[in-house]
Amino acid sequence: MLALASPALLVILLLIVLPVGWLAWQSIYHDGFTLENYRRIFSEDIYWRSFSLTFEISLLVTLLALLLGYPIAYAASAVPKGWSVLILALVILPFWTSVLVRAYAWLALLQRTGVINQFLQYFGVIEEPLALVHNTFGTVVATVHILLPFMVLPLYATMQKIPNDLMQAGASLGGSPSHTFWRIFLPLSLPGVLAGMTLVFVLCLGFYITPELLGGGRTVMVSMLVSRNVELYNQWGAASAVGVLLLISVFAIFLIVGRFIPLDRILGQK
Amino acid sequence: MKTFSPGRIAFVVFCSLVLLYLILPVLIIVPMSFSSTRFLTFPPPSLSLRWYQEYIGNAAWMQATRVTLTVAALTVLIATPLGVAAAYAISNSKLRLMRIVHMMLMLPLVVPIIITAVGIFFVYAKVGLVATMSGLVLANVMLGLPYVITSVVAGLQSFDPAQEMVARSLGMSRLRSFFAVTLPQIKASVLTGSIFAFISAMDETVVGLFISGGQYQPLTKRMFTALRDEIDPTIAAISTLMTAASFLLVLIASTRQKKSG
Repeated sequence: MLALASPALLVILLLIVLPVGWLAWQSIYHDGFTLENYRRIFSEDIYWRSFSLTFEISLLVTLLALLLGYPIAYAASAVPKGWSVLILALVILPFWTSVLVRAYAWLALLQRTGVINQFLQYFGVIEEPLALVHNTFGTVVATVHILLPFMVLPLYATMQKIPNDLMQAGASLGGSPSHTFWRIFLPLSLPGVLAGMTLVFVLCLGFYITPELLGGGRTVMVSMLVSRNVELYNQWGAASAVGVLLLISVFAIFLIVGRFIPLDRILGQK
Repeated sequence: MKTFSPGRIAFVVFCSLVLLYLILPVLIIVPMSFSSTRFLTFPPPSLSLRWYQEYIGNAAWMQATRVTLTVAALTVLIATPLGVAAAYAISNSKLRLMRIVHMMLMLPLVVPIIITAVGIFFVYAKVGLVATMSGLVLANVMLGLPYVITSVVAGLQSFDPAQEMVARSLGMSRLRSFFAVTLPQIKASVLTGSIFAFISAMDETVVGLFISGGQYQPLTKRMFTALRDEIDPTIAAISTLMTAASFLLVLIASTRQKKSG
């Protein structure tokens, strides 16, 4: 049986395990073992700022996605079938649209001469165009949009399995709708909340296209630090060390969350 | 929808706004691509096919489109059999080792794409695969495998392996019984997996940015470079076509899935 899986495994070994392993190696080896690259990350301000900014943005994006995604998933699980198909279609269609295309759409919507500014000016709401993009605001708006389906889908999968009888039982015993929601539905949906939050947070940590195109060079997230060290400065050691720290963060989060819910349940949603 | 309490109305309005936020940016590129002016103005000016003509008339865009379609097609041709074989092995083996193999095969979904991209670039630079067609296809096969495997493993879960057992006990070889008995029943999941691998290859951007070059640059790399410089409405036309292709493929996948029950 193992033989059947070996061609696929070989591709994975050669194209992801070997390259990432090589990166890890050169982050600590350059004419002899050295921790210089890591020392720099922890001592130089720009690295430190970028890491903390990335974690802040990821946390903000995760909370916003939960705030927007939970009601959507709840609606999809509570309404009649026809409506839930429509809601899910509106979630899944953007999900299968290229990230690059969606970043472009947000650029067109948010820029100075973009749709939103023109719209607001046309109706006299504002005089001067607002700075909606090439900053952290634009990055967050587009990133939440791109990652929202990763929140809604695991939430929906969990909510769908909550038996309706439980809510009816709660109501028949005199619980108000809000009472049965807070005491029965919400606690039972928590595994979905954890799965969705993990996915969104981890994906956001490594996001590259949106901050690069919508951040305007000011929102330097960790992934941009990696690419700049390679493309602009040819600093392979530094790029590798940043990449390794990013990867360790991602694996650590999966490991911690994996103690509470099975990992394949998180990844199965993707 | 029995009562129209203020709370319920607020909830419906909130959900509608979130859904609008989800779908509007995807749809906005369509009127943009049919606009006759360079800058998007409100209210929209007259319609034209100018940006589509610009796209089709441009040799560099056309070359990039050929590269993307070739890469996506080759990716499906390679990733599908590899993924189906691996999914079959995962579903039929009770080895502990197989769970580790399964997790390793999911790695492309877990490792941040920028790390994968830089790592592959580094390895390709050593072996001379940078800016080649085969390098691009190989990387996309790796990225597409998890989609094929996930879909086919799910398909095999609802398939009763006893059927294949019967075929084998009647004298069929394992390979023949797979093709004659198992494959026809999981073909919807195989199709879904390969469609997702195709879309993944078509949309892939970050790895392509690092490892492609010269005449083998995919569409997304040219779009990314153009986006950094200025807003060219030609990209709206290309984006519309790419989105239409994705929607069509997802639609095929979901109707097939339903038919097979």
